Amino acid sequence: MSNSKILANGVDVYYGSKQALFGISMDIKEKEVTALIGPSGCGKSTFLRCINRMNDLIEICKVSGSIKVDNEEIISEKTDVVSLRSKIGMVFQKPNPFPKSIFDNVAYGPTIHGLVDSKNELEEIVHSSLKKAGLFDEVKDRLNEPGTSLSGGQQQRLCIARAIAVNPEIILMDEPCSALDPIATAIIEELIDELRLNYTIIIVTHSMQQAARVSQKTCFFHLGELIETGETNKIFTNPDNTKTQDYITGRFG
Amino acid sequence: MNNSIAKEKIISLRKKRSLEDMRFKYYGFTAMCLSLAVLVFLLYTIFSKGYTAFQKTIVLLEVDYNQEVLKLTPDSSDEDMEKGKFFRVKKQAIENFFPDLSKSDIKLVKKLFSINVDKEIKDYFLDNPEVINTKQQIWVTAHSDVDQLLKGNSRRDVPEDRRKLNDIQLSYVDQLVEENRVKQVFNNFFFTKADSRHPEIAGVVGSFMGSLFTLFTVFILSFPIAIGASVYLEEFAPKNRITELIEVNISNLAAVPSIVFGLLGLGVLLNVFGLPRSTPLVGGSVLALMTLPTIIIACRASLKAVPPSIKEGALAVGATKTQAVFHHVVPLALPGTLTGTIIGLAQALGETAPLIMIGMIAFIPNIPTGLTEPSAALPVQIYLWVESAERGFQEKSAAAIMVILIFLFMMNAIAVFLRNRFERKW
Repeated sequence: MSNSKILANGVDVYYGSKQALFGISMDIKEKEVTALIGPSGCGKSTFLRCINRMNDLIEICKVSGSIKVDNEEIISEKTDVVSLRSKIGMVFQKPNPFPKSIFDNVAYGPTIHGLVDSKNELEEIVHSSLKKAGLFDEVKDRLNEPGTSLSGGQQQRLCIARAIAVNPEIILMDEPCSALDPIATAIIEELIDELRLNYTIIIVTHSMQQAARVSQKTCFFHLGELIETGETNKIFTNPDNTKTQDYITGRFG
Repeated sequence: MNNSIAKEKIISLRKKRSLEDMRFKYYGFTAMCLSLAVLVFLLYTIFSKGYTAFQKTIVLLEVDYNQEVLKLTPDSSDEDMEKGKFFRVKKQAIENFFPDLSKSDIKLVKKLFSINVDKEIKDYFLDNPEVINTKQQIWVTAHSDVDQLLKGNSRRDVPEDRRKLNDIQLSYVDQLVEENRVKQVFNNFFFTKADSRHPEIAGVVGSFMGSLFTLFTVFILSFPIAIGASVYLEEFAPKNRITELIEVNISNLAAVPSIVFGLLGLGVLLNVFGLPRSTPLVGGSVLALMTLPTIIIACRASLKAVPPSIKEGALAVGATKTQAVFHHVVPLALPGTLTGTIIGLAQALGETAPLIMIGMIAFIPNIPTGLTEPSAALPVQIYLWVESAERGFQEKSAAAIMVILIFLFMMNAIAVFLRNRFERKW
């Protein structure tokens, strides 16, 4: 049994006066893929964005409770959000490469964190990140072209490379394939399977098949509550809760 | 049954609806044609009034550079040459302009020439010192009254006492025309000289340079402040009452009449801080205050137009807020902010009232060379010329309007170019 990487305990989230998450407690293991599923508006993205404090951007969003990453509390005034985010990468729903060259997109993270001392080192990191994201062979001859000139699937892998480049331990993925066609989706899913060896991955998805294919653990959210969490195999074959049963068999949602 | 009734209703209403479409299209087209017609009329009026200002009248004058009259010798040094008695040469030339002139006639003839003729005679000699002791035929500038008469701007069929030139002078002009001793050429003075009391040698360069210096001041002051303020308000300011109050007041300031800013400049910049009057520095500061709200609003709009996903992407790899904003959001918003700034500058260029308040309406016959030198500005120059009684200034003001319009068109063209060149599609 691997160690727990993220430990959430009684996480409440409010948007203004509206409560979006109700006492979420969760244990996420190291080097596994955890899928968060549930109908729209159930709070799975909100929970994901608590883990790297992206909710800070939303003025009216208040988070309480406790989330520990490597036994360190992150829901606190004292948390260094910048170094937290260098440890926890994120890939968004819609590919959002910077309107810069492919090289600069990947190089941005290492540069601002001062991870490299020379141009060669930077090149090395960029190349290896692109390789890990399975994009290098497709773009190695046009690293100076703008990242936005790539196809949707390539852009998303570029975003993954950008996240990997700062050497994170955890990667958060917020519906990374929702804007992609099935072939690009399949490529990303394969990539997630490979990345699992080195990173702890949490993925929010609307596609139950995707959750079943890529994840080891699945958490089912409904109306801001965590209904059920467990081994993916078990959730999809023999869930304990009837709501989970109804959702995965397509009776609602 | 029901179905066919519905179909009929749809068809009968469909005709009405398409008529509505037609009507609306027609209204829109009419409105557009109307505004276009007004614009064309405006441009036509300005052009037809002003194009003559680009020409000046010159007269052929025979000048005898006699060394005795000049009190110079062929070996005189350059310094002595400067001090030659050129006014005596000119006097002689005018006395001999027509054969057998009486004393009173000479006075009348003298008024056919510009005050600048002395200088032209001198400059010709200084450029060609070898002409000493020879007679030279020189084209010199005619007086504005002659110029206006020949351009057809002043009429000769009004009673003599209401004319600038009397009957004798008219006959002189006619004689000159007959003898081909007068012609019209490109008016280089208009583009090389500053304002003057004499229309024929008044130019637009002084006020043009004044406007340029003023705009420079406006840009230097307002661009960094506007960028700073809009970045702060858009990205960093906490969303609370005070921020809201500031935002509302920026919009309010954009609507404050410009003369109020002029009063502020007069009261604070001139009287309290004692900055020099009539200078582009003060004019530019006042106009910067005036255009700041406009530029801030434009900057904020372009910052807002940058998709938040870009900032999120930067934050997610661990950029600090400042890094995310200045590495990604601001560069992407820059074309928009520049466009906004240029539009603001264009507004400042056309502003007259605040400049009058801080004394840029003074008569400045020199071309300014710095921010702290008294100078005029284009719109104020136009105002001054329109106001003056001399007929020669009427065409000058129309021509100056053309200059300011071309200046404006160019600024707007740059704004459009920047926007198209750097605009990104998401």
